[in-house]
Amino acid sequence: MAYSEKVMDHFANPRNVGEMPDADGIGEVGNSKCGDIMKMYIKVKDDVITDVSFKTFGCGAAIATSSMATELVKGKPIDEALKLTNKAVMEALDGLPPVKVHCSVLAEQAIKAALSDYYKKQGIDPEPIVGKATECDECHFE
Amino acid sequence: MQRTVYADNAATTRLSEKAFEAMKPYFCEYFGNASSLYKLGGQSQKAVDNARMVIAQCINAPQPNNIYFTSGGSESDNWAIKGAAELGEKKGKKHIISSKFEHHAVLHTLEYLEKHGFEVTLLDVHEDGIVRPDELEKAIRDDTALVTIMFANNEIGTIQPIKELAGIAHKHGAVFHTDAVQAVGTVPIDVQDLGVDLLSMSSHKFHGPKGMGALYMRKGIRLPNLIHGGGQERGLRAGTENTAGIVGMSVALKESVDNMAERNIRLEKMRDRLIDGLLKIERSRINGDRINRLPGNVNMCFEGIEGESLLLMLDLQGISASSGSACTSGSLDPSHVLLAIGLPHEIAHGSLRLTFSDENTEEDIDHILSAVPKIVERLREMSPLWEKIVKESI
Repeated sequence: MAYSEKVMDHFANPRNVGEMPDADGIGEVGNSKCGDIMKMYIKVKDDVITDVSFKTFGCGAAIATSSMATELVKGKPIDEALKLTNKAVMEALDGLPPVKVHCSVLAEQAIKAALSDYYKKQGIDPEPIVGKATECDECHFE
Repeated sequence: MQRTVYADNAATTRLSEKAFEAMKPYFCEYFGNASSLYKLGGQSQKAVDNARMVIAQCINAPQPNNIYFTSGGSESDNWAIKGAAELGEKKGKKHIISSKFEHHAVLHTLEYLEKHGFEVTLLDVHEDGIVRPDELEKAIRDDTALVTIMFANNEIGTIQPIKELAGIAHKHGAVFHTDAVQAVGTVPIDVQDLGVDLLSMSSHKFHGPKGMGALYMRKGIRLPNLIHGGGQERGLRAGTENTAGIVGMSVALKESVDNMAERNIRLEKMRDRLIDGLLKIERSRINGDRINRLPGNVNMCFEGIEGESLLLMLDLQGISASSGSACTSGSLDPSHVLLAIGLPHEIAHGSLRLTFSDENTEEDIDHILSAVPKIVERLREMSPLWEKIVKESI
């Protein structure tokens, strides 16, 4: 299994990494049992994601997909960020090994979870806008 | 230039120069089939015979013909286990005992046998990674055909009380096999003193060529044929001998055994210094017993980080190592070995295995000791799990 140069670049030099103390929305997905946890922080102004950062516990692909996802939504209007798919994250990284596809799914879900949290904090029901929070299919532990 | 450190000798080793030189004539010069009558064949036969004798001496087998050449450790394990099961079945014995942390070459073979009506009991390996003889005594039955326990674990390097376990198996009329792939050439092995019936070994773990292994079979045990065909390996494993591979394996093993005592003193010192150094990292632990372990094995867990990202960071600094994290295994579960010694999933994900050979130096240890703490710190800084661990401990 080999990672693309882009994955290695985002892994070795992750963009937008770290906590955001004054975040408007925080989303966390995954669990430690699976070996992946992604936490996304967003700052929103006039329906635009003005800033975004992440913290990730996980493999190289988990760190790289988190980093790439933040790049793809930074400075974007919320409605555009909501259209972010795991496929777009993968393509931007020049692909992922098949066993690592779930990492890109987590990255997409983490962005959505942060947006849901943002709407909740605004007193708005996030479900009609963001959709139902979904769990990673592979992460069903008892 | 960046320093490179190969610290994954339990995965495979570099071919020894001496073995490589000894192999060379058997490719183009003495290429004859060992079974042929003319001189060219005779030269190959002589080389094979000599290698068999050398290998027998290295493990103190009574006769060279106790050694059967195979393609490697997995083949030897498969042959020993399926063969002993078949022998047992003929006597109406369909129960096998093994341990929870065997290599997959053993565990998956046992799963196959379970599908064919065998019953398998896997012994616990406890927190220290060591099988308890009294638990074998309790598990063994009149219909136990085979007990198969590895000599030393491939991930955490813990050494099992093989002599005692073999004695219990024999007391109850069961065949005893040990997967000694990690141990042969690494620690002293005397098959007569141990009293084992079957022992698997693999050449590339002791600086021999890949694709070569052997099975020691005690006199009095005759496993069913593994490969049907010609009369090679006393008719039990057909196929033209890999003369170069056999020669390379014997030279490498002899070399490993000859400098074993001196090497192990050096390796144990290096290992202990590395363990002590890495244990200074907050919330780290050594996996498996510290004393009863292979001289070149270090296996640690660092809480709050994931093993694959640790390996990638180490690779960027020229260090080759391995991990029992799920991400490196291609499944969602971390290593069955680490789970067997009772580690929770989230801690097992953060494991690091460093394994050394004669080729490693104190400078390698220095390089690892300067790299690992910084990498662990960097990964923890970006880990939400570590954040949680820190908060919960306050």
